[in-house]
Amino acid sequence: MAKSRDLCRRIDRSDGFATLTLDLFSGSPNPNPCSYSRSAKRVRVSCASPAAAAAEENRSNPFDSLSEEVLFLILDRLESDPLDKKSFSLVCRSFYAAESRHRRALTPLRSGLLPAALARYPSVSRLDLSLCPSVTDAALASVGGALRSSLRSIDLSRSRGFSYAGIESVAVNCAALVEINLSNATDLSDAAAAAIGRARNLEKLWLARCKMVTDMGIGCIAVGCQKLRLLCLKWCLGISDLGVGLVAVKCKQLRSLDLSFVPITEKCLPAVLQLPHLEDLALVGCLSIDDEGLMSVKQESKSLQVLDMSNCQHVNHAGFSSLLSKTPELREISLAYYCKVTHSLASSLQKLYNLQSIKLDGCEVTTSGLKTMANSCRSLGELSLSKCSGVTDEGLSFFVTKHKGLVKLDVTCCRNITDLSLASITSSCTSLTNLSMESCILVSREGFRLIGQHCHLLEELDLTDNDLDDEGLRAISGCHNLSVLKIGICLKISDEGLIHVAKGCPNLQELDLYRSVGITDIGVMAIARGCPLLQIINLSYCTEVTDYSLRSLSKCSNLNTLEIRGCQVSSSGLAVVAVGCRKLTKLDIKKCYFVDDAGMLLLARFSQNLRQINLSYCSVTDVGLLALASVSCLQNMTILHSGGLTSNGLAAVLVACGGLTKVKLHSSFKPLIPKPILEHVEARGCLFQWRDKPFQVELEPSEVWKQQSQEMHV
Amino acid sequence: MDFKLRRPLEASSNASSSMMSEISRNLKPGLPFIPCDSTNICYGARQEQSFSEFPPPQVTQCHGLYAREQKTETKNQLEPSSAVNDLVMDWNPRLMLSNLSFLEQKIHQVQDIVRSIISQEGRANELAAQQQLVTADLTYIIIQLISTAGTLLPNIKNALLSATPPVAQTGVVANLPVNASQKHHEVLSVELAKASEYDELIKDLNSGGEGDELIKCLNNSVAEVSESIPIEDHDIKDYDDGMDGENLPPGSYEVLQLEKEEILAPHTHFCLICGKGFKRDANLRMHMRGHGDEYKTAAALAKPSKEASSEPAIIRRYSCPFVGCKRNKEHKKFQPLKTILCVKNHYKRSHCDKSYTCSRCKTKKFSVIADLKTHEKHCGRDKWICSCGTTFSRKDKLFGHVALFQGHTPAIPMDDAKVSGMSDHVQVGETTNGMVANMGYNFSGNASDDAQSLDIKDVDDGQGYFSPMNFDACNFGGLDEFPRSAYDVSESPFSFLSTGTCSFIPRNGEN
Repeated sequence: MAKSRDLCRRIDRSDGFATLTLDLFSGSPNPNPCSYSRSAKRVRVSCASPAAAAAEENRSNPFDSLSEEVLFLILDRLESDPLDKKSFSLVCRSFYAAESRHRRALTPLRSGLLPAALARYPSVSRLDLSLCPSVTDAALASVGGALRSSLRSIDLSRSRGFSYAGIESVAVNCAALVEINLSNATDLSDAAAAAIGRARNLEKLWLARCKMVTDMGIGCIAVGCQKLRLLCLKWCLGISDLGVGLVAVKCKQLRSLDLSFVPITEKCLPAVLQLPHLEDLALVGCLSIDDEGLMSVKQESKSLQVLDMSNCQHVNHAGFSSLLSKTPELREISLAYYCKVTHSLASSLQKLYNLQSIKLDGCEVTTSGLKTMANSCRSLGELSLSKCSGVTDEGLSFFVTKHKGLVKLDVTCCRNITDLSLASITSSCTSLTNLSMESCILVSREGFRLIGQHCHLLEELDLTDNDLDDEGLRAISGCHNLSVLKIGICLKISDEGLIHVAKGCPNLQELDLYRSVGITDIGVMAIARGCPLLQIINLSYCTEVTDYSLRSLSKCSNLNTLEIRGCQVSSSGLAVVAVGCRKLTKLDIKKCYFVDDAGMLLLARFSQNLRQINLSYCSVTDVGLLALASVSCLQNMTILHSGGLTSNGLAAVLVACGGLTKVKLHSSFKPLIPKPILEHVEARGCLFQWRDKPFQVELEPSEVWKQQSQEMHV
Repeated sequence: MDFKLRRPLEASSNASSSMMSEISRNLKPGLPFIPCDSTNICYGARQEQSFSEFPPPQVTQCHGLYAREQKTETKNQLEPSSAVNDLVMDWNPRLMLSNLSFLEQKIHQVQDIVRSIISQEGRANELAAQQQLVTADLTYIIIQLISTAGTLLPNIKNALLSATPPVAQTGVVANLPVNASQKHHEVLSVELAKASEYDELIKDLNSGGEGDELIKCLNNSVAEVSESIPIEDHDIKDYDDGMDGENLPPGSYEVLQLEKEEILAPHTHFCLICGKGFKRDANLRMHMRGHGDEYKTAAALAKPSKEASSEPAIIRRYSCPFVGCKRNKEHKKFQPLKTILCVKNHYKRSHCDKSYTCSRCKTKKFSVIADLKTHEKHCGRDKWICSCGTTFSRKDKLFGHVALFQGHTPAIPMDDAKVSGMSDHVQVGETTNGMVANMGYNFSGNASDDAQSLDIKDVDDGQGYFSPMNFDACNFGGLDEFPRSAYDVSESPFSFLSTGTCSFIPRNGEN
């Protein structure tokens, strides 16, 4: 016991796990670490025979001396990486058992494995079934049976195939259930809602797009689940004022209510606003709410903090001002795709002392409106003017000088702003962490220099489609905290600028170089060396990029998304990435004409976590595709114009890939694949998208594309 | 309407005879019988016409048509009771004679037909038609006989009535049915017995639908002959069952009491020429246009009542014939009924079987068809049910109820839930039978039995081979954490290809 306590202390102090492992192995006279590493089934089989078990015990495993407490402490430190936990559980029987008892969250790939998985992990509290396209009632019944006391959260938002009976078995049996996500269950009716109503302790419920649920169903939920704190009824087209009104009457604990696109009128708003704790209200796209209705609402809400009234086309500033006067504690407002933001609307913000964030995406903003808003609000932290027309240097400069605490600023597609705005932004808002300025084409080198000079705290920067060059990039590399950098369609940048970024931004996790055609292997290699944390990289249509880039990227072990459309890479380069980047989940190798079956074989062997792949225009045949089918995680495939593919091979792949949820194929294959096979795959939860795109051999010249995009902008 | 104003006593006593006389005056002699003469001409139409065209068996029923012509006379009738008595005694033997002579002619016609049947033997089609003709004619003759005899009945009664002196003659209306003392009943019952014999005869002759109607008419006629209280016009749309809120002091109005048969009669207006029955006077007038131009005049088509309303209005109320009913005039707290329609609806609702069943809910029954229709409009709409069992016709009322009471829930109809549940199960079942069961997706172990899925089954078993779902290779963090060894890769897809779909052994045990 003393030893284990000592170990506890050491674990607490130690930063890395490697040290600990070394200690264990050096201290044991007869290290026999991996006797159980084969599989769970094997372990159980050996346990079943008493003689074998006795023999195992006699060998006195050094790991057995570690108490479960210690193992749990170790496991706590492994939360960040699922692969590490897997390794841990394969060390020995006690480790395996400890891992089984320790795991709280489960994200199975197939619902068919649920009973076994639940038997192994009895204390799972969070069950995420979003990777299982087909979940039957029986599977849910097994969940209800196995996780009676532990299950707190279940996510069925991406699953189909279950009925109200399955939901009922979970809702009735799992008394501790607090969260259910049933979004996208478009075929569930009121019976399912009544079943949910039996989960008395439910606090969070998502029912987005449950279009069949009516007022009756939501009434059952309202009466049954009176502890609800979050309710999302987005796109529940069967629910009206009555249902929402009853929810507001019964569920007094509600904090967050999403009524987006629900056909409600203002009649239920008084009851909703009366909720004593309501903090977050979304009324996106409620077309039945109009000015007169909002003005007739007299109820105040002292608790409301977040209001989203985007896309409410029939509300103008009169109604909105009236509503704002009833909700003095608002912190965030979203009015995307709203009416014109003018002086009168902006002045209605005046009494909102706590306002932190305004989102006006897609609105028409006047300079006077922006100025009034700047004067009305106290101190904003976030402003989104994405795709707003009418944003000028004058308005924006005035605004940012008034709100120096701005942390997030989105001026995407505000094409009129120039270096002047940038000068005011950079001089006033030095604490900026997020800056999106895609397609701000008038901003020049000077503006980027200012960003690099002043905004040292920047974490996310979107400069897609800007007039950025190597000098600008060099300046931006001064933002050492950058984790997301998007510099796609910046045709002037080259390896030189990228090398600066690689040196200056070691924390970079996401890099977008889409169609930045000046980039070659040298730049990518620099990035791969300088940014080891890189997770997402987009090199699509950087036509100079070759296998060398991939070789260097294979050192980025965290890489999970790789898009190399139209790059000159081959199978060998892909193989190296597959070996090096084990976490690769998303791969786009469209138009990588040199990638063939060899690459697929190695990909299938090493990238077992691959979920999404685009193989269009590759030289992959049936063989390569069949090899790929052994990747059990594979869910999403796009295969258009792969020359060597036959319908039989495709059919075999479809049958073999059990986890497929979405397959995009050329429509010429549709009549060739036997219909029973298609039906069978669809029954497993796979969606087919048949495309009839013509075969495009040549790469679109980026220059032409650039011209087109500029013409579009003008 | 003038006829309304006539006193029931007169109606009962002499309406039939006086009107018969009028018929004879107003109509060309033999006019009612023209259709009958046409029988020899058109065989096809004859069959239907034969029953609809007979002259009305009961003359009182024709008041709608002839009220206008009667007007002057009815005024006379209203004046002194002595005149009434004169009229009462005045039944028209001439009319009866003409009827009888017509019947004689008719019988001769039938004789002719029968003779012709004998002469032209063999042609089956004609024979059948002629047989029908004979049957129809005979039926007609019988009906005619009955109605002719019927005209005698009130006379007998009136003779007796006038013999028992004062009450009937002074015309105290309310007492009329009561006055029908034992003796009269004896006489009447004899007549009724006769009539019922005819009924049976007719029943034997016709078993068709027309016959039924006819019998009803006959029944009516008999009933009306025996009691003969005029049946009111139905144009007044007053659906109020009673006269609640109306406080007429007793005696300030006269009380009529219709008999059960009259109340239940389907038609109250009959064509004097063809005998067709109608529910409304207006419909009868429309119908009469078909019988000749003289019925197309504005006067004939006009609603025949309004002039009479200049007369001092006598308030008339109705009594229900059901003894013991509050609407019966014998009841201590008698509450009279306002209109004939009220009488009809009240009697059907309160004292008749509820023979109309709602086809939707199969539980609610009604005796008035209008009530059924009203119910059917709402039946099934009452679907807003609370868990406490209370039902609501409106959703907002249910939600108001649920909001008010703790623990009450909107109840989702069980069959609804079952249906949706069933459909879900069916879906699952279908996919199960198809293929999924073999895939191990559905571990309820729904073994597929149909041969159709057998070929797929082999492929499906292979699925375990393709992407082995052995337990440890799979992962529960959403990632497949351990790549399989190179041997696995070389083994799985290609060995599968070489061995084919059917010949391998699933690897499950090996894992």
